[in-house]
Amino acid sequence: MAEEPLLRLVDVAKRFKGARRGAPPVQALDGISLTLDPGRSLGLVGPDAGGKTTLMRILAGLVEADRGSVEVMGRPVAELDRNQVGYMPQGGALYGELTVRQNLELYARLRGVEPEDNPDRMATLYRATGLADFRDRPANRLSGGMRQKLALACAVVAAPPLMLLDEPSVGVDPVSRREIWDLAQELAGPHSAIVWTTSILDDASRCDDLILLHQGRILYEGAPSGLAKVAADRTFAAPLPSEGRREALQDLLERAEVVSASMSGRSLRAICRSASPPPGRTWLPAEPNAEDGFSALLDDGRPLPPSVLAEAFPPRTADRDRPAIAALQLTKRYGAFTAAQDITFTVFPGEIFGLLGPNGAGKSTTFRMLCGLVTPSGGLGTVAGRELTRAAVGARAALGYMPQKFSLYGDLSVIANLRFVAGTYGLKGAGARAAVDRVVAALDLEPFTAHMAGLLPLGIKQRLALGAAVLHTPPVLFLDEPTSGVDPLVRREFWHHINAIAARGTAVLVTTHFMDEAENCDRLLLINRSQAIASGTPDDLKRAVLGNPDPTLEQAFVTLIEAQARSESAAA
Amino acid sequence: MIARDPFARRRAAAIRAKEWAQVWLDPSTFGLVVLMPLILMILFGNAVSLDVRHSRLGVVDRDHSQASRELVGILRNNESFAVVEGPSLGALERGLVDGTLRGVAVIPEGFGESLLREQTQDLQLITDGAQVNTATFLTGHLRDAVRAWVAARAGEGGVAAPAVLEVVARYTYNPGLQSRFMLVPGAIGIVMAMIGSLLTALIMAREYERGTMEGLLSTPIAIPSLVLSKLLPYYVLGLASTGICVAVAVLGYGLPFRGSLLALFLIASAFLAAVLGQGLLISAGTKNQFVSTQFALLSGFLPSLLLSGFLFEIDSMPRAIQWLTYIVPARYLIPPLQSVFLVGDVWSLFLPNIVVLLGFGAFFFLRVTRAIKRTIA
Repeated sequence: MAEEPLLRLVDVAKRFKGARRGAPPVQALDGISLTLDPGRSLGLVGPDAGGKTTLMRILAGLVEADRGSVEVMGRPVAELDRNQVGYMPQGGALYGELTVRQNLELYARLRGVEPEDNPDRMATLYRATGLADFRDRPANRLSGGMRQKLALACAVVAAPPLMLLDEPSVGVDPVSRREIWDLAQELAGPHSAIVWTTSILDDASRCDDLILLHQGRILYEGAPSGLAKVAADRTFAAPLPSEGRREALQDLLERAEVVSASMSGRSLRAICRSASPPPGRTWLPAEPNAEDGFSALLDDGRPLPPSVLAEAFPPRTADRDRPAIAALQLTKRYGAFTAAQDITFTVFPGEIFGLLGPNGAGKSTTFRMLCGLVTPSGGLGTVAGRELTRAAVGARAALGYMPQKFSLYGDLSVIANLRFVAGTYGLKGAGARAAVDRVVAALDLEPFTAHMAGLLPLGIKQRLALGAAVLHTPPVLFLDEPTSGVDPLVRREFWHHINAIAARGTAVLVTTHFMDEAENCDRLLLINRSQAIASGTPDDLKRAVLGNPDPTLEQAFVTLIEAQARSESAAA
Repeated sequence: MIARDPFARRRAAAIRAKEWAQVWLDPSTFGLVVLMPLILMILFGNAVSLDVRHSRLGVVDRDHSQASRELVGILRNNESFAVVEGPSLGALERGLVDGTLRGVAVIPEGFGESLLREQTQDLQLITDGAQVNTATFLTGHLRDAVRAWVAARAGEGGVAAPAVLEVVARYTYNPGLQSRFMLVPGAIGIVMAMIGSLLTALIMAREYERGTMEGLLSTPIAIPSLVLSKLLPYYVLGLASTGICVAVAVLGYGLPFRGSLLALFLIASAFLAAVLGQGLLISAGTKNQFVSTQFALLSGFLPSLLLSGFLFEIDSMPRAIQWLTYIVPARYLIPPLQSVFLVGDVWSLFLPNIVVLLGFGAFFFLRVTRAIKRTIA
């Protein structure tokens, strides 16, 4: 039986008016045609501001297309039966002060599932999300991964035939990310189709089909393996040098023949613009993945310029042997709950130190204690030789902080935000203008300067937040999940900047959920359940994976987390 | 379409339950619904008063006759005045300048003698022209007091004063002629206008700001149903505030309550429909909590205070401004409210006002459902 497609889009276009009077309109979507059959999953990927969210909103009946036809379940989207669609907006649309149960039951009733009449469905939802024990916890006190699971459950309470999930796995650790994918499969109806947007190609590769949106157009459509093939014959690997890993990567990225490069396991990977590997090193052909294909497809042909952001940082060579950041048995308790226990580490100038761990493990708490935003219950944290909880406000000028949650002014424009931040750090006149111009240019914020910061796409917000953190070229930089929600090409650029800034002598403390990024760190600390469970260089951590000669950091991460869970349950 | 959907009622109930849960968890709602009416009622009931009581009046007696001493005694015993006597005008002038005295009355030399000869004799009253109201009241009260005294004296002396014309004022409804009786119902109107528009000003903007509106709009709930369900809990809270205000008025300020509770309920409900709708429209229009609050205060509180006839009589306003008062909901609340307290149920007054207020409510409701588009961008 030839089934009716769930979605049929023909030549859909959407244009938004410019942010400012006289600004050119933004063509969010242009000539999109696609079909989606029941039971299929479609991954929607693409660079930041590529039109993914606009397309999702059109499918959910929340944005009207200017042109073209949109049919959902054989009928125009204007007559959409909203019972048939489970839409999870970016950020989840949860009520933070309400409990897990209140949120879930609200959306259940709104979507026509009376909790009392459907105990089985509710039980399934609680079990599958793992939220059964947290029913009475306010949603804003859940960890990031749990929050996303709850939001997903709220969206698909009724097991609708069409599930539209906008960035369900953003800001989530690798273990939870896999769980969220499985959860979506489990909560889906037997013939449900899933549309899943993400900036993480690894997630998108699990879908049956992939669509890559760029500047409102479809750049690639087909199986995930097909996207990887774009980079076939152009992907190479070489052994990673034990010394100067970052310098080797930096050098590679700035070469004219290289599209993108990364570290993985014990090798250096490069995607080239032609079928010949870059000079130097012993390059071997490597199997490309979807992310490599993504990079190759979106290549603009220009070599990555040396980081303008980093050039503004004064070279700091003095006191290289005195720790720039020191945590000594930092502990934070909230009542009976210990958020972080005896966390100890030091970061020297010019070093990149990574804090890894699942959502809710205590990374951000550790971060905030060091920044002076949270008073430790025990232990000592110093930044640039000073305790920030006690030090004068001026001492904070030594620190650049990019928080996990967007913390700039949503109702101010991008440029106004940057000018304001420059002012708070005491930059004035020409100096402030130069700093703002530099950040705008280095992070490609030019098209967005007049936009209200609150309405920016996620990835652009992250660029703005990074820009705001480095305006005053601080000797210590704190980056809390800087690349969450950022597309792979911009992630590469972010790390290009971060590496170059560290090379000038700035100490960088970073958290990330991307294990390939963690390879950029000199040393890592893995935190789980409020405790430090492993520390050392990326290679030290990988040694935990037995029986694999060349494990990735992600495998090490999963192995170490599971080992702790096992030893805890054995002890109990 | 909505009527045929069996889940529509449940959806509405789910939204109401959610709103109640949010109200319950938000301590500022308690402040807004309970504390603010109490504070405002106390402020309006005490601080804003058009009465002159115990006005500090300086008295200079230049006559020192038996009659002048008697007059000073009379003034001392009059509760409109708190008399401060001084030897000369110069000695009291300072008090007039720094505001400790509201006025100075000068009893001239020869006052007693001319009174005996039944000649007219002027009393001089010096008041502060910068405080026009106070000056007017003081003049009136002093004139009344002196006239009463003169008439009483004439009666005592056995000589009936020629009663040329006697005006006996009987102040219906407000026998004590206390301005508080007129002001407190007005104050209730102001409090309701303020709380009503503030309560709802936040609730739509909050949904937009936190991105939860996108979640709600993606569900099958119909927009009129969404708006009504969100409104209902705040209507109940608004009634609670009204109840608190009325309790303060009756128990605290001793206002009579001559009308019926049903009338009060209907009037209050109609008014709340108008102001809650106004707040909701602001909220849905601005989509920003901060702007919305500012707007609610500007469009709810200030016009109610200035243009409702609460403080300033509408009849004495310029014509253009009088027309403007017709779009201030409080204008239609305060006369019926005064009536419920002081007169009783006057349905011929209530019904037209209730109809107008419900009209406001319906207008705002329609505008809100249109302002909230299914589309979000």
